Amino acid sequence: MEKKEIIIEVENLVKKFGQFVANDNLTFKVFKGEIFGFLGANGAGKTTAIRILSGLLEPTSGKISVAGYNAYSQRDLIKANIGYMSQKFSLYDDLTVRENIRFFGGIYGLYGKILKARIDELLSDLKMTEFKDDLISSLPLGWKQRLSFSIAMIHKPVIIFLDEPTGGVDPITRRSFWEMIHSVANQGTTVFVTTHYMDEAEYCDRVTIMVDGRIEALDSPANLKKTFNANSMDEVFVMLARKAKSA
Amino acid sequence: MNPIIVNKLAKSYEKVNALKGISFEVEDGELFGLIGPDGAGKTTLIRILASLLLPDTGKASLVGNDVVKDFHEIRKIVGYMPSRFSLYTDLTVQENLEFFAGVFGSTIEENYYLIKDIYHMLEPFKGRLAGKLSGGMKQKLALSCALIHKPKILLLDEPTTGVDAVSRKEFWAMLGKLKAEGITILVSTPYMDEASLCDRIALIDKGEILSVNTPKGIIALFPQKLYGISTPNSFSLLNHLRTLPICKDAFLFGQEIHVTTSNSNITCESLHDLLSNSGFTNSTVTLIEPTVEDCFMQLMGNNR
Repeated sequence: MEKKEIIIEVENLVKKFGQFVANDNLTFKVFKGEIFGFLGANGAGKTTAIRILSGLLEPTSGKISVAGYNAYSQRDLIKANIGYMSQKFSLYDDLTVRENIRFFGGIYGLYGKILKARIDELLSDLKMTEFKDDLISSLPLGWKQRLSFSIAMIHKPVIIFLDEPTGGVDPITRRSFWEMIHSVANQGTTVFVTTHYMDEAEYCDRVTIMVDGRIEALDSPANLKKTFNANSMDEVFVMLARKAKSA
Repeated sequence: MNPIIVNKLAKSYEKVNALKGISFEVEDGELFGLIGPDGAGKTTLIRILASLLLPDTGKASLVGNDVVKDFHEIRKIVGYMPSRFSLYTDLTVQENLEFFAGVFGSTIEENYYLIKDIYHMLEPFKGRLAGKLSGGMKQKLALSCALIHKPKILLLDEPTTGVDAVSRKEFWAMLGKLKAEGITILVSTPYMDEASLCDRIALIDKGEILSVNTPKGIIALFPQKLYGISTPNSFSLLNHLRTLPICKDAFLFGQEIHVTTSNSNITCESLHDLLSNSGFTNSTVTLIEPTVEDCFMQLMGNNR
C-alpha cells in the first residue's frame, strides 16, 4: 500500500498519573488515508492515548506529532485540525439538524457563505435535507451517528478520531456507518478508531492492541491472525488481553 | 408447561409500538438469546417478564405465574439484571450482596455454591465501593446479586454491552455453568456473535420476532448461496458490485465482502471472471456459510 505520508508520529510516549503509568512507552506511526484501529480492554490506556493525540491532555514524555503539530506546544492547532466523535459525544437534542450543523461549523471557525454551502453539502450527502428542521431528539440512533460523524468532519480535518462510534445499532446501520468511514479514508482522511466490537477491527488497515498501558501488537488484521494462529481478531485479542495483570 | 410463555404480547409507548404482539416459549433449562439492535423491543419485553412493566395486551407467564396478576410470586422466582448498572454505588461489594440476599430473605451462605465461581473473582475487592469497580467487575457483581436468592429463571438485559471481549467470554462461560445448575436463562444482546452460544435464539427487530430457532437452524434457513469475496481494495469492489444487476445484496464483513445474487446459475468461477473483466483481477471468490449476522440482515431486509 502506498500510504507513506505520516500523519501521526509517536515515539516513546509516556503518560503518568501520579505513580500510575497509563501509557508506557508507546511508539507507532499512522499514515495518510489509513484506517487505524486502537483496541484494548477497559482500562488498558486507550482513552488516555486518544486524549493526548487530540490535544486534550499533555503527555509526560516522548516525542509526539499530530498532523505536523507538536503535542506539547501546539495543542490548540492540533484541536483545530482534527475531528472527534464518540458514542457519548451528543448532538444537542433540543436543536434541529441544521442548527446543530451550524453550531459546530461556527465552533470550527466556518462562517458566512462557506458555512452555508457546507451545511447544504452535508445535508445533501446525508440525504437529510428533508429533515433539516427536525429536532435531534426525534431521529433514530443510526441517523444521529451518521450526523455526528459528518459534523466531526465539517472542517475537513486531516484526521478523525472515533471513540467507540457504533454502539447499539443494527448490523445494516453499522455497515452503512463503516462504509462512510471507508469513503472518507479513500478520499485521504486518516481514521483513528477505537471499538469493543472485534469484528470491526477487521475493517481496519492496521490494528494496535493495548494491554496494561503497552502496545502488545501492531499489524494488519490478516497478519495478526497469521502471527497468533487465530481465526478471528476476537481470538487474537483474547489471547493478548488475558495476559493483563490488572482487574 | 414451559417456564417462560409469551403469547401475543403487545406494548406501545406514546409514539412507538415497542412490541407488536409477539409469541414464543422458552424450555426448561434452556439458554435462550434475544438478539436485536437498540430499539428492537428487548428491554420492554424483559421488563414485562420481570413484572416491572404492564403489557397493553397479550399474556406472559413464568413457571405458570402470570406476569400481571402473580407479580409477588414472579419476583421470588426471577433473578433480573437490568441493562443499566443498578446496584448501590455507595455500598461495598459485600454490602450489596448482603443487601440483596436480605431483601429476598436469604443469606450469602445459603446459596454460596451458585455464585462461588463469580464471587471468587470479586473477593479481593469485597471491601471496595461498587461504584469504583471496573466494567467487567460491576457486571459480575450484578450477576451475583441477581443469583443470590437462587432464582428459577434469570432475565439478563444486555449484560455484555460495553464490556470488553475478555470479560464477555468469561461472562458467557458463567452462564453455561448456571444453565448446568438447571436455571432457565433469557438473555438479550446486540452482539450477533453471542448468538452461537445460546441453545435457541429469537431475532427481534422493531417490536417483531423475525425468527426463532437454534443458531444452526437459522443459518440452515438462509435462502441463497452466499459468496465471500476478498480483494485488496474492498471498498471500490463493494461499490462496483452494487452496480451489477445480478448482485442482490453486498455487504462489507471486515476485509471480505458477502454477496448474494439474484441468479442461481452463478458460480464462484463465473463471478470471479465477471469481476476480472471489470478490472478486479486480484479477487478470490468462495462459497461461504452464512453467519447469524448475515441471516439477521437478510430477515431485516425482508421486513422493510
